[in-house]
Amino acid sequence: MTASDEVTPAADGESSGNGQLRLQVSDLQVLRIPARGRTGVDVLDEISFHVQPGQVLGLVGESGSGKTTMALALLGHVRRGLVIGGGKIAVNGQDILHLTGRDLQRLRGRKVAYVPQDPSSALNPTLKIGTQLREVLASYPGDQKKRAERLTEMLAEVGLSSVPGILSKYPHQLSGGQQQRVGLAMAFACRPELIVLDEPTTGLDVTTQRTVLETIRELCRSYQVAAVYISHDLAVVAEIADHVAVMYAGRLAEVGPAREVFDTPAHPYSRGLLRAVPSLDRSHVLTGLPGHPPRPGNRPTGCFFQPRCEFAVPDCELGQPPLIQVAPSGHSARCIRAQEVVGLARPAGAAAAQAASSESEGVLLDVRDLSATYGSATVLHGLTLSVPSQQCVAVVGMSGSGKTTLARCLVGLHPTWTGEVTFAGEPLARGFGRRSDKQLRRIQYISQNPYQSLNPRRTVGEIIEQPLTQFEKLPARDRRGRVVAALNAAALRESFVDLYPDQLSGGERQRVAIARALILEPDLLVCDEITSALDVSVQAAIIELLRGLRADRGLSLIFITHNLPLVRSIADQIVVMNGGRICESGTVSQVLQTPKDAYTAQLLADVPKLTTLVSEA
Amino acid sequence: MASNAALAVLQTAGQRRARRREWAAVLSRAVRTPRGATGLTIVGLVVLIAAIGPAVAPYSSTQFVTAPFANPSAKFPLGADVLGRDVLSRTLDGGWELLLMAAIATLLGVVGGAICGVCAAYFGGWWDTAIMRIVDIVLAFPQLVFALLLVSVLGPKIWLIVLAVGISHAPQVARVTRAAALDVCERDFVRAAQILGMPARRVLRREVLPNLTSVLMVELGLRLTYSILVIAGLSFLGFGLQPPTASWGLMINENRIGLVANPWGVLAPTLLIAALTIGMNTLTDAVARASLGVGRQADDALLSGISAAGAVQ
Amino acid sequence: MANVTAPAEPMPVTRAPKAHPFRDILVKRLGFGILTLFIVSILVFAATQVLPGNAASAALQNTATPARLHALEVQMHLNRPAVAQYWSWLTGLLHGNLGTSIVNGASVSSLIGSRVLNTAVLMLLAGAIGTIVGVALGMLAAARRDSWLDHVLSVVALAITALPEFVVAMALVVFLAALVWHVLPAVSVFPPGASPWSIPSLLVLPVLTLVIVIVPYTFRMMRAAMVDALESDYVEMAKLKGMSKWRVLAVHALPNAIAPTIQVIGLNFLYLAGGVVVVEYVFNYPGLGQALVNAVSDRDIPVIQFIVLLLAAFYVVVNIATDLISLAATPRRRLPRS
Repeated sequence: MTASDEVTPAADGESSGNGQLRLQVSDLQVLRIPARGRTGVDVLDEISFHVQPGQVLGLVGESGSGKTTMALALLGHVRRGLVIGGGKIAVNGQDILHLTGRDLQRLRGRKVAYVPQDPSSALNPTLKIGTQLREVLASYPGDQKKRAERLTEMLAEVGLSSVPGILSKYPHQLSGGQQQRVGLAMAFACRPELIVLDEPTTGLDVTTQRTVLETIRELCRSYQVAAVYISHDLAVVAEIADHVAVMYAGRLAEVGPAREVFDTPAHPYSRGLLRAVPSLDRSHVLTGLPGHPPRPGNRPTGCFFQPRCEFAVPDCELGQPPLIQVAPSGHSARCIRAQEVVGLARPAGAAAAQAASSESEGVLLDVRDLSATYGSATVLHGLTLSVPSQQCVAVVGMSGSGKTTLARCLVGLHPTWTGEVTFAGEPLARGFGRRSDKQLRRIQYISQNPYQSLNPRRTVGEIIEQPLTQFEKLPARDRRGRVVAALNAAALRESFVDLYPDQLSGGERQRVAIARALILEPDLLVCDEITSALDVSVQAAIIELLRGLRADRGLSLIFITHNLPLVRSIADQIVVMNGGRICESGTVSQVLQTPKDAYTAQLLADVPKLTTLVSEA
Repeated sequence: MASNAALAVLQTAGQRRARRREWAAVLSRAVRTPRGATGLTIVGLVVLIAAIGPAVAPYSSTQFVTAPFANPSAKFPLGADVLGRDVLSRTLDGGWELLLMAAIATLLGVVGGAICGVCAAYFGGWWDTAIMRIVDIVLAFPQLVFALLLVSVLGPKIWLIVLAVGISHAPQVARVTRAAALDVCERDFVRAAQILGMPARRVLRREVLPNLTSVLMVELGLRLTYSILVIAGLSFLGFGLQPPTASWGLMINENRIGLVANPWGVLAPTLLIAALTIGMNTLTDAVARASLGVGRQADDALLSGISAAGAVQ
Repeated sequence: MANVTAPAEPMPVTRAPKAHPFRDILVKRLGFGILTLFIVSILVFAATQVLPGNAASAALQNTATPARLHALEVQMHLNRPAVAQYWSWLTGLLHGNLGTSIVNGASVSSLIGSRVLNTAVLMLLAGAIGTIVGVALGMLAAARRDSWLDHVLSVVALAITALPEFVVAMALVVFLAALVWHVLPAVSVFPPGASPWSIPSLLVLPVLTLVIVIVPYTFRMMRAAMVDALESDYVEMAKLKGMSKWRVLAVHALPNAIAPTIQVIGLNFLYLAGGVVVVEYVFNYPGLGQALVNAVSDRDIPVIQFIVLLLAAFYVVVNIATDLISLAATPRRRLPRS
């Protein structure tokens, strides 16, 4: 631990009344419990930051960075198999890591509160909402009457007082947004001093997310609570945080005021992340980060990010870089070249070429009046859209809008639909069982979950080869050749052929799924939320891969997503769906800049923006 | 990514062969744990005794050699049974039929049940309803009673017992495999194969079945243990192999009255049956843990597997 | 694992959530239960028709001459078509006429009557004690997961689950009645007409055997259910809310372990229905199990038919009860989304 590790970012300008830091984390270390004599592998190390009352610190990181471990540690809790190795977490000066038993229990929920990521599993399914709320208030100062008042007050503050009889309902009877508000109510009930929010808006649709974010902001301000907001979504963090800390592989890569970190990042990883975030306002090339973060135990001896870093120099391998301050505000980064990096121009991606969209050789897929039913309920109502040849049509909507059902109808997985669908001039049958070989080959489907779309018992080679063996009779050597070609097209090396899916990361699996879809050289790819389960840097790489494939092979795409900014970076046309109907459709620039439909306009207004990238480079 | 992939390639050469035979990989992993090793050793010993026993028995199992319930001596290490036959010889003779019957019954039940379960899960709809309703009906008896019913009608014939026990296993296995297959069939890679227009048979064989290996292995172990229990129980009640054939279950019953005089007539076969079933159960438990990961996940599988299976038999 | 950032597409609505799940399940299960019993009765009856001989020849066995056979057949109404025989048997059953034993000519109901009570007492005692002990031990092991106590209990449970009942019975006889100590009777012989609880010492060994057989299974299931609840997100959340250890265990974890517990209890009773057969035989306990074994030896068809049908009815009732009670304990299934 060197002297520079003591650098912690000071408050941006104003400080609280008594000048004391609400939360101060110093050199926190969390280890995996060592098994039989071996030393523990660190999951988190050298984490230091602080938060003032009334301020929000955004903790940003991708999967594997240790965010949730960090969140739980702030309450003195570690999951099974982990142990706190060292460091200090001081809440109003009191080190909570030295508390045990009843003291720690008294602290939680009252002084320090936690808002969980997934309220549907964090709320007890067998207890009524009222019970779960009241038990937190059990230690609220005052008598029964005061507590009841506080409860009513809380419900009003989180916007739940209009829900009739909510206290006697069970969690499964509420919507996702309502459940999350209950989570917020439970956290703020006892007027805590520190709140830890662990990705509280993940899984909520954009409009609900906006209202929940506003509620959080309002509550933080009025209670002068210090908040740590954890997220992988930089735009959300930009909207709510005053300060930002970027985590990578269990360490703090960068920390500082939000505006500074997003405008002039000082760490190559932050730069990389920002280049990968899609923007609603301009279409730019998304650049992903090659490789993936090292797992605990596999971390290199020098800087963790060095193997993937474009600024790496030989000195980077010598040891962990110290936290170097680059601005008087306390903006610091853990990089030996931090001063250089911070001085570089804003990481705005190059404008994307739009040339492909102007040429169009007719319509590849024409959908007229498509209505689909599920059981007795109609889920799609008379949809009409078309996919011009060699263009990408984005289908956008929130959950329940019917976009996945649409995809499944087009691919033949959902045969109960009516209407006319023409593909390359020929009518398309309802279910895949009735389609011609040619049609089956020319339309390919890639689904959302990379962990479920590959057979765990087959090698990558066998998985990719499967469509080939189904449709063509080729000798083994030719097949191998085609498989390798497909792998290369998906930017994977030939050596992947013999690997099994569980040896691959999420991004690599999705590439295998893409390769499998490409091997028959289709004309139309239907991509159903294929990047929604991936980290933003991995997502960027996949999107760029798809752009390249479109350009090289003249592929047409139907790209289904709920992520509006992403549409800018991949699609030419956009179709907005709501409740099984199309609200609006048109070219991307048209619809996103001048939406005609009220729902579209609302969506666009609700999307969180990383405002720093608005101005043209 | 480069280092990971390279490492993976180095490992795959040997791994691939192991992966192909998932059951072998799981088994070898299970046997390396203390539970697995213990279970396997015990089972191995008992099977050895049962298999080689008839060849090394000093006397014929039906020969009267001395006074009933004579105490153990140099000539008759375990003494004599109710009719004066050598307990040691009868014990050595009395296992292989039990094991053989249990093995065949288990195989019948597991194969039949698995086919029904997988078809019910994959095809769904009418098939599913029909198969599961039949399953519910057959499950309306305890296994033992089902076998007893058939025995009462047709007599204690060996083929009948094997068939009865096998049939009574099938519904259990069907339930468990159906639950597991439903989970697999929901996954996208099965859909991906379907929309290529692959015929159902191929999809089942290539995509679904390989993912059910662990479930089937655990069921095989559990069912085998149960087969042994039921068949030994039937023998005990006198409805299995008929006297004067030596059979462990029967021996326990026959020699009960002379328990005080010469306990070995009861103890020897009891210990062997107990060892066999305990060993089998321990080994199956080790396999269940090895196929899923340790601790909680194994318990989960047990919990969901058994409750999906319904009745405990 | 990776962040799933997309809001999941909700499960497509196939049917509106039921407004009266209780009633619906009750009706459906009852309906199917009756159908099951009906089919079982057909199967049971049909099984007896498979005999190369028939009930008459089974009764007469070696003393059968064509004339006597024919006479007996007429007396037993065996010369009518099978369907008619089945129908008269079934309707007789429903009217309380359980048939006549082939062996001694007495009515089945007089033979079975007291035995039903005996077996019921045995099953209830064993079921209650075994369940309570098993549930308590399972929760204890789950609360002290990975402690030495947990390991010991789990290993012992694993071993005992594997044992056949007659082995357990014999072991108990060896230890407590015959060889090691002699504190309990090896055989439970009741004076005729006595109720089972009149001589408690005769109940001990049979009940103990059954208890030992069901406790390990109950233990393992309970432990797994409790561990599941204790490892859940909502229990973690309760701890993070500052709830005390006891509250977390009793108020948050326990209610979620009730549904699996109910299922286990149901399974225990179902198991006991089969388990009593061997236990009653070993201890000469005058119950249904022993009657069944005797009937099978004697090929006393009417008795067998009745007992098997009774068992099937018991199964159906227990299954329905289990389903309904576990529905009551699971708000998620009980109450539809508003």
